[in-house]
Amino acid sequence: MKDVRKELRTKEIVSSMFVFAVLVLLVFNFSLALDETRALELGPGILWTAFIFAGTLGLNRSFAAERENQSLSGLMLAPTDRSAIYFGKLLSNLAFTLLMEAFVLPLFVVFFNLDLWEILPGTDLAWFGVVLLLGTLGYTALGTILAAVAANTTMRDVLLPMLLFSFAIPVVIAASEATRLLFDVDPLSGPRTWIVLLGGCSLSYLAVSWMVFEYVLEE
Amino acid sequence: MTPGVQGPVFAARRLSKRFGRTPVLRDVDLELERGRCHVLFGRNGAGKSTLLGVAATLLRPTSGELLYDGVPLSELDSSARARIGLVSHQSFVYADLTVRENLEFYARLYGNARDADELLDWADLSLRQSSTARSLSRGMLQRLAIARALVHEPQLLLLDEPFTGLDAPSAERLSDLLTNVKNAPGRETTILIATHDVERGVALADRVLLMEGGRIVFDATGASVDEVRRLLLKAHTL
Repeated sequence: MKDVRKELRTKEIVSSMFVFAVLVLLVFNFSLALDETRALELGPGILWTAFIFAGTLGLNRSFAAERENQSLSGLMLAPTDRSAIYFGKLLSNLAFTLLMEAFVLPLFVVFFNLDLWEILPGTDLAWFGVVLLLGTLGYTALGTILAAVAANTTMRDVLLPMLLFSFAIPVVIAASEATRLLFDVDPLSGPRTWIVLLGGCSLSYLAVSWMVFEYVLEE
Repeated sequence: MTPGVQGPVFAARRLSKRFGRTPVLRDVDLELERGRCHVLFGRNGAGKSTLLGVAATLLRPTSGELLYDGVPLSELDSSARARIGLVSHQSFVYADLTVRENLEFYARLYGNARDADELLDWADLSLRQSSTARSLSRGMLQRLAIARALVHEPQLLLLDEPFTGLDAPSAERLSDLLTNVKNAPGRETTILIATHDVERGVALADRVLLMEGGRIVFDATGASVDEVRRLLLKAHTL
């Protein structure tokens, strides 16, 4: 709630993530000039690229408020399990990232001239929602703890993307492949395997991050 | 920590802390007497902030034992932190939240906590309760930091150089606030203040401690300002 209240007041994180994601889409749109077939092939990768880059921007800012007056130490003094800080931050990061994605997705459809209702009939649209949610969860679960690691370093702006992009590769690949197979009108295989892999990776990142967060804070 | 328990509120036994290969605390033995105000002097780098950080459970000791009301920290759960309040170099408040919002946030963190209005009056911040913390002067921010540290009525209040950066009237006001905490009827708040301000520190102190090279080198009740200055000068020239 504190993060939401601050964001409503400053509109700092969601707006910057949104603008950055739109810029990424525009750059790809102008530089690639894709026809409909190629848009279906490459669009999922472009979409997840926009989400990942914009998401990293938001994650980098997520601990800015705690950094300013060392408020993170104030949270550590509270008489609760310190992993509660992780879950609080994760929830706010997840909410902001999903909100950004909700605004960016319609623009993606417009820029690349796609008809989502036609591409994702029936349950495919629901599965796309699941892929979006799991992919965002995995990325923000990992990103939240890495943002805490990077927060107190001088090279945080470089360190977070370096660490995050490296460790998040399984989630990014699984999410974009699952999305590509959902977008494909005649896929050779279904997206089930990639969705299962995505779910497994995301939950693993969540579990490990929760377990080590307290030690990350103390060190 | 439980009320009615006698003995020191906090004790450190052979406490050591190292950052990498650099020792900062070396075999510190310390007991904080219940309801007393302890003032810790020492030059920069003596280990004062580290000692307070360890006592507040923000830093993990390298070796040694910490006891709160006679119970080792290892046997206590996170709820023990409810009895500790810390005022550090930084205020721990959120710059984009208002004064009231900051206090209410920390009150919610601690559950059964004091009313924000009462704390605002006590810290003389009622007129600025709707201002963001970012807009406060250094003196007001420090009063907010102390109010934040007292929101849950801690039994052990730790203050790390609370007078730093304050002008004389603000420092005097802060000193009065701390005297009120110290003398509050029916409440036995144990205080440990690390400070360079010798006059104010001695005026507040029931017990004076001096730290040098990561060790407590002086510990007495009723030390005078001149005595503390002599000891600090001696430590500085060693």
